[in-house]
Amino acid sequence: MDTSTAAVSARPRIQTPVREGRNAGAVAPSELKAKLKINGLNFYYGGFHALKNITMDIPERKVTAFIGPSGCGKSTLLRTFNRMYALYPEQRAEGEILMDGDNLVTTRQDVSLIRAKIGMVFQKPTPFPMSIYDNIAFGVRLFESLSKREMDDRVEWALGRAAIWNEVKDKLSQSGQSLSGGQQQRLCIARCIAIKPEVLLLDEPCSALDPISTAKVEELIHELKSDYTVVIVTHNMQQAARVSDYTAYMYLGELIEYDVTDTIFIKPKKAATEDYITGRFG
Amino acid sequence: MSDSPGPRRLRAAPWVDTAFEWLTRFFAFLVFALLLAILASLVVGSQLTLEKYGFSFIWSSAWDPVKEEFGALVPIYGTLVTSLIAMLIGVPVSFGIALFLTELSPAWLKRPLGTAIELLAAIPSIIYGMWGLFVFAPLFQGHVQPLLIGSLGGVPFFGALFEGPPIGIGMLAAGLILSVMVIPFITAVMRDVFEIVPPMLKESAYGLGATTWEVVWRVVLPYTKVGVIGGIMLGLGRALGETMAVTFVIGNAHRLAVSLNAPGNSIASALANEFTEAVGDLYFSALIELGLILFLITTVVLALSKLLLLRLARNEGART
Amino acid sequence: MNAIHPGNRIYRSRKRVNFILLAASSLALAFGLFWLVWILGTLLYEGGTALARATLYYQMTPPPGADGGLANAIAGSLVMVTAGTLLGTPVGILAGTYLAEYGRRGWLAGATRFLNDVLLSAPSIVIGLFVYSVYVAQVKHFSAWAGAVALALIVIPVVVRTTDDMLKLVPNTLREATMALGCPPWKMIVSVTYRAARTGILTGILLAVARISGETAPLLFTALNNQFWSNNMNAPMSNLPVVIFQFAMSPYEDWHRLAWGGAALITLAVLVLNILARALFRKSD
Repeated sequence: MDTSTAAVSARPRIQTPVREGRNAGAVAPSELKAKLKINGLNFYYGGFHALKNITMDIPERKVTAFIGPSGCGKSTLLRTFNRMYALYPEQRAEGEILMDGDNLVTTRQDVSLIRAKIGMVFQKPTPFPMSIYDNIAFGVRLFESLSKREMDDRVEWALGRAAIWNEVKDKLSQSGQSLSGGQQQRLCIARCIAIKPEVLLLDEPCSALDPISTAKVEELIHELKSDYTVVIVTHNMQQAARVSDYTAYMYLGELIEYDVTDTIFIKPKKAATEDYITGRFG
Repeated sequence: MSDSPGPRRLRAAPWVDTAFEWLTRFFAFLVFALLLAILASLVVGSQLTLEKYGFSFIWSSAWDPVKEEFGALVPIYGTLVTSLIAMLIGVPVSFGIALFLTELSPAWLKRPLGTAIELLAAIPSIIYGMWGLFVFAPLFQGHVQPLLIGSLGGVPFFGALFEGPPIGIGMLAAGLILSVMVIPFITAVMRDVFEIVPPMLKESAYGLGATTWEVVWRVVLPYTKVGVIGGIMLGLGRALGETMAVTFVIGNAHRLAVSLNAPGNSIASALANEFTEAVGDLYFSALIELGLILFLITTVVLALSKLLLLRLARNEGART
Repeated sequence: MNAIHPGNRIYRSRKRVNFILLAASSLALAFGLFWLVWILGTLLYEGGTALARATLYYQMTPPPGADGGLANAIAGSLVMVTAGTLLGTPVGILAGTYLAEYGRRGWLAGATRFLNDVLLSAPSIVIGLFVYSVYVAQVKHFSAWAGAVALALIVIPVVVRTTDDMLKLVPNTLREATMALGCPPWKMIVSVTYRAARTGILTGILLAVARISGETAPLLFTALNNQFWSNNMNAPMSNLPVVIFQFAMSPYEDWHRLAWGGAALITLAVLVLNILARALFRKSD
């Protein structure tokens, strides 16, 4: 047990803002109902083997964070969940990603249906070149035909959920590009929520944002997990510690350790994880 | 040690430097002045008709070298109508090709297909003209025109556009051939501007479950709107000024006809046909004024195209 | 209730629209390729036999009904294209050099770049009119020089544009490194940046040559045509494009055949130049 106390004492560089007892009594991810079951997943960029035999369960209605140094494959893993890689012919995946019993890697289900069920938010805000209202309505109209009233309600609901309604309610007809970076990112989250997906993928959603906007987005992530399965990729360990229930540490395309967030940050089982967490790594 | 530059050579440098800079500046100025010189020479050359007719030259349909009566309406009309037809066909086709090459084409086919479309621009315009006259026009006359006249000729109002006997050559044939000629230019600009759309923006739309068409139509196109219009204007500038291809197939008739099947004339083809045979100062002057009008129209269209493309590039720079 | 399922009616109709429009996009591509194949096929078919006859290359353009070739036209085209390129290229390179190397401040570079881009697509027949008014009308006779000048005016914007673009691609660090050695700017441009941008500029010149090889309109009022072989640059000179124009517009069958031969010859030359330029440029990156 000496090693574990050493790990704790080596931790002062991280001011764990984890709320007291948030993870207390948390069970291992494998014991919860899994939304996504990943089994022996391999991924290739042309000849480059980017993900090596990944096996993990993403629990339903929890926040799962992927951390690791750049190039470790965390974003790549995220992009396999909604088959975004299928846009690029030289990229391919092998293995299993089960959602509701259907393997997303080999499924005959149409890719746009999968993507509608699995929303994604990117490193940089990507408002479409249209009004704020239409940014939200765009996705909704892809699958639902709503009356003007219903659509208004949906837009308000989505913007409300993304905690941006009060800031934009008077300028819904303005261009989405006129908002500040933090507002744009929340608009993009609202855009995803509006079509009521089951899973939300966040790919370093705060990397282009200032600290105040970051705090708002993190708070939002907390809110969202009551309804959605959230997977977040972050290069910021404090952020992972703050927002997630489960954390996966990846390195060079391999899943090194995956456990309850507190366990990962306080007493990781593997030395490699500990080195990374404590900053002894690179 | 002997080949290290001595101080003497370094001292000589400032003089050579200034000379070289002024030499390049002189030639840059020459290029700058060229456009203005063209404009000036055309204005001087068309003085006679400018003085005699003033602005009425533009809307007079007279063209009688014997009685020395001249007006530009017929060739202006022919130029605009043929270019309009070219745009109506060329723009959607170019958009389709650009969409295919940027979003649908397998990677290994992109380059050969793109090159093939660009080669359409490399074929000299006289080849288009000759091919149009000998190969396209007879087929058009025998198989396409009767169909158009039969199906659309009877439609009230609109049908007037397709009246008259099928003679192959005419404004419709010229417009069709022009449309093929502008395709490579418009496609090239559209491809270029489509490529600048950030992949992340497209992925966000795909991420919501949008189809390829929706991504292109609702996200890529609005994002690149300004540049796309610039590309269309570039194609329009090309179509307005195209000479040889049109000269072969438009029919060269100084007549104002509503029907697109009728032969007509464009500014450039009137010049190509009549300039070397013109007799009399007023006739010359009238032809040069036609050239002046063509130059003004194309310069305005091309300058607008350039401005729009610059605006997209600037916005793009501001965003990233 | 969740709307996202395969049976969703909106989704299905969107899929249909997507399919139809993407199919239309493929058809658009087929449409473009169709004309290319048709035109090149016709040229090969109609011009092939003419190209294979040796007389095409050593006999003069004939009067109607007589046997002949295009020797004078081919030679005239070669002469004028060469002269036009030699006249236009230095002007274009030097002007382009100013735009890329010296034009960072001041209005001249920006304005010239803009007007040059307009000239690049300006109707070539207007260039012919211009050369006619300032040259032919003054000396009172058509001449090969006038034709060469008109072609040079078409070469210039192409070369200015590529020189400017290619020099701008040369990294500034290379310039700084050269200047840091104490090299004066002119020497740096001539011996370092030109060398770095060499292939790109050469590509531009090749494309310009390809472009003027097929130009007809600017030669109509300048070089005119000549039924005979001429070595006199101050007299009208025969050239392929104008001969093709006259022969094709004539009512004579044998002239048509020669016109097809000329057309195939020009197109072949232009396409080879284009492909060569592309291959050269691709090798450089």
